[in-house]
Amino acid sequence: MLTKWRQQTFKYFVVEEEFPELSKHNNHMAKVLTKDMYAKLRDKQTPTGFTVDDVIQTGVDNPGHPFIMTVGCVAGDEESYDVFKDLFDPVISDRHGGYKPSDKHKTDLNFENLKGGDDLDPNYVLSSRVRTGRSIKGYALPPHNSRGERRAVEKLSVEALNSLDGEFKGKYYPLKSMTDAEQEQLIADHFLFDKPVSPLLLAAGMARDWPDARGIWHNENKTFLVWVNEEDHLRVISMQKGGNMKEVFKRFCVGLQRIEEIFKKHNHGFMWNEHLGYILTCPSNLGTGLRGGVHVKLPKLSTHAKFEEILTRLRLQKRGTGGVDTASVGGVFDISNADRIGSSEVDQVQCVVDGVKLMVEMEKKLEKGEAIDSMIPAQK
Amino acid sequence: LLKNFETSFTKMLTGRNTAVLLASLGVGGAATSYLMSDSSTLSAEERRKLYPPSSDFPDLRKHNNCMASSLTPAIYSKLRDKLTPNNWSLDQCIQTGVDNPGHPFIKTVGMVAGDEETYEVFSEIFNPVIKDRHNGYDPCTMKHPTDLDASKITSGMFDENYVLSSRVRTGRSIRGLSLPPACSRAERREVERVVVQALSGLTGDLSGRYYSLGEMTEKEQQRLIDDHFLFDKPVSPLLTCAGMARDWPDARGIWHNNEKTFLIWINEEDHTRVISMEKGGNMKRVFERFCRGLKQVEHLIQERGWEFMWNERLGYILTCPSNLGTGLRAGVHVRLPKLSKDPRFSKILENLRLQKRGTGGVDTAAVGDTFDISNNDRLGKSEVELVQLLIDGVNHLIDCEKRLEKGQDIKVPSPVAQFKK
Repeated sequence: MLTKWRQQTFKYFVVEEEFPELSKHNNHMAKVLTKDMYAKLRDKQTPTGFTVDDVIQTGVDNPGHPFIMTVGCVAGDEESYDVFKDLFDPVISDRHGGYKPSDKHKTDLNFENLKGGDDLDPNYVLSSRVRTGRSIKGYALPPHNSRGERRAVEKLSVEALNSLDGEFKGKYYPLKSMTDAEQEQLIADHFLFDKPVSPLLLAAGMARDWPDARGIWHNENKTFLVWVNEEDHLRVISMQKGGNMKEVFKRFCVGLQRIEEIFKKHNHGFMWNEHLGYILTCPSNLGTGLRGGVHVKLPKLSTHAKFEEILTRLRLQKRGTGGVDTASVGGVFDISNADRIGSSEVDQVQCVVDGVKLMVEMEKKLEKGEAIDSMIPAQK
Repeated sequence: LLKNFETSFTKMLTGRNTAVLLASLGVGGAATSYLMSDSSTLSAEERRKLYPPSSDFPDLRKHNNCMASSLTPAIYSKLRDKLTPNNWSLDQCIQTGVDNPGHPFIKTVGMVAGDEETYEVFSEIFNPVIKDRHNGYDPCTMKHPTDLDASKITSGMFDENYVLSSRVRTGRSIRGLSLPPACSRAERREVERVVVQALSGLTGDLSGRYYSLGEMTEKEQQRLIDDHFLFDKPVSPLLTCAGMARDWPDARGIWHNNEKTFLIWINEEDHTRVISMEKGGNMKRVFERFCRGLKQVEHLIQERGWEFMWNERLGYILTCPSNLGTGLRAGVHVRLPKLSKDPRFSKILENLRLQKRGTGGVDTAAVGDTFDISNNDRLGKSEVELVQLLIDGVNHLIDCEKRLEKGQDIKVPSPVAQFKK
């Protein structure tokens, strides 16, 4: 009886019937997706069964903000970027300043290539931090992974991290079994991450099964921190108070290399290719996935008419000290690299180091009542 | 078998999650090639082989919902790799229950159906959950009675000094189309099309109009809010984790008759929610209109070859197992200033098989002395039986209230029988 109904009512819905309503949307996916593109992609899927509807769900459910342009699509696995390249390529180009499908991305995690960075004035630069993400080859990504896969990523990650020694010796705190005392300490250290509340993440399925297989690892010195199974398989963060970005970056590179070696031994290296660099869940984090930044006091410079222009030319962006979408407090800004793909880790951190150094000098000049016009750089 | 293959194959054309079919065609090779290479992501089939059900079994130790109480590793193991013809899986059924451990005092259901076949394919978990939620109703041995003959109702006119309003609601699903957790945009739009077309055929006191959520004017929106008709995008994690808010507000809308006594929600938590209501105590008329409206809508969709999802084990099929059977909640807003303060109030309600809510709906507190009183049960008793139970129960409550007003004593009634033997 039911089969008769299934056969009668089932029909091949044409593209128009399935195509999302995007006329009020303002995100990269909505700007790029056409009916023809959708028609071509709707019959495809990745080996794990991720479909174009899965890719775009977060962008359909979150029309976006008139001022902030969100990405509106995510990858469910490594192959997503390939199977759905018709959609991802133009989104990547829009998001990453015209990055072409034929472009090659440079990876450089050799900290010795960074020039300077150890002399940022600590009277102005309060803290320094570098973060990135890594995905473990062979496992689906947070929007799509099963509980078994997520747990396997956790197990492998914890094994790798617990084998680190020296300045990297540390401990793992699984979200679902940490004690109240541990939780309070992690909150006080600003290390703890919460179940996502942003509809951008929820609509992409990244909070499923929370807090299963999620956790935080950090070294004893609290200068190297890894988030497991939040928005990406791994988020790796190196940080410390003061302005020694050189040291932060060195620790970052060395730590990453050590972790990668261990994953490779298990036949599960990091997802990477020479076009997109490191593969992460959100297209905005492709390439280096790196955000290197400082908290820096720029009360005078930040009110200068040319502040935004200077940042743009230096290929930097500003945020409030609460992170993305927060306002600055007391003239202290989070200044970090704007780019992720098309330039290497060293390049991007160099931008931060050079740019912040220049801006601190500008701030000092403004303090003395002097003009800074001659210091404004050309577009990098 | 051939029919199933055809269905799966034609499903492939919609591009929805057909890795199972593809992978099942090349399963041996796939597993071998993975083991031999430092390779890319596993296919769905490879994943299943490499990850035994035990590796995927959810951690439910801190959970308190019907799903968590019934799901064992053995059941999970048996059902994990099954799919409905629509490619809906067990993990998808239980996701909402995994993500929402529940409240220590309120026991939520913790699972949803993605389509009609869900209740069959995953009956090994749904049956115990249904039994748990519906007071021991056993879908394997029992039949659910459907009766929408409003003429059988007696004493359906309440004392309006006490009863302020009367309301009956239920849900209906369109056979052949997936349910809100699972439906594609095209299916959802098809539900909207089928139902709106049918509703446009209603006449007389039932004739009315449709307001699409995405297209209504601000003025219309405000008016619907003032009438308390408008529903919002779900914020409850119970619903959002079950995928019911996807593509909001696409193909969602509200239909109501000109008299504002018959209202239908389209594509909210179910394909349709059907509500009959009016101010005052004429529950008989409310229920009469309810039955008449439902029958007419059913007739109108049947004219075009559609049907409601229904079977004799589970009655009307809806997204949440808690709404199986009649899916019916008949209730009143009633003033019970003295009775509500009597310590026996809860027990009286329990024995009458009624529940109380605040006048804002489920999980709201009562305001003043006015309560929302409705039937507890949904499955195992017919619509007529449940509405009659509600009527008899509310009349009894009003009677108690009057007795307390006169300083007379009241008695706790004996419990109403569960299911017909």
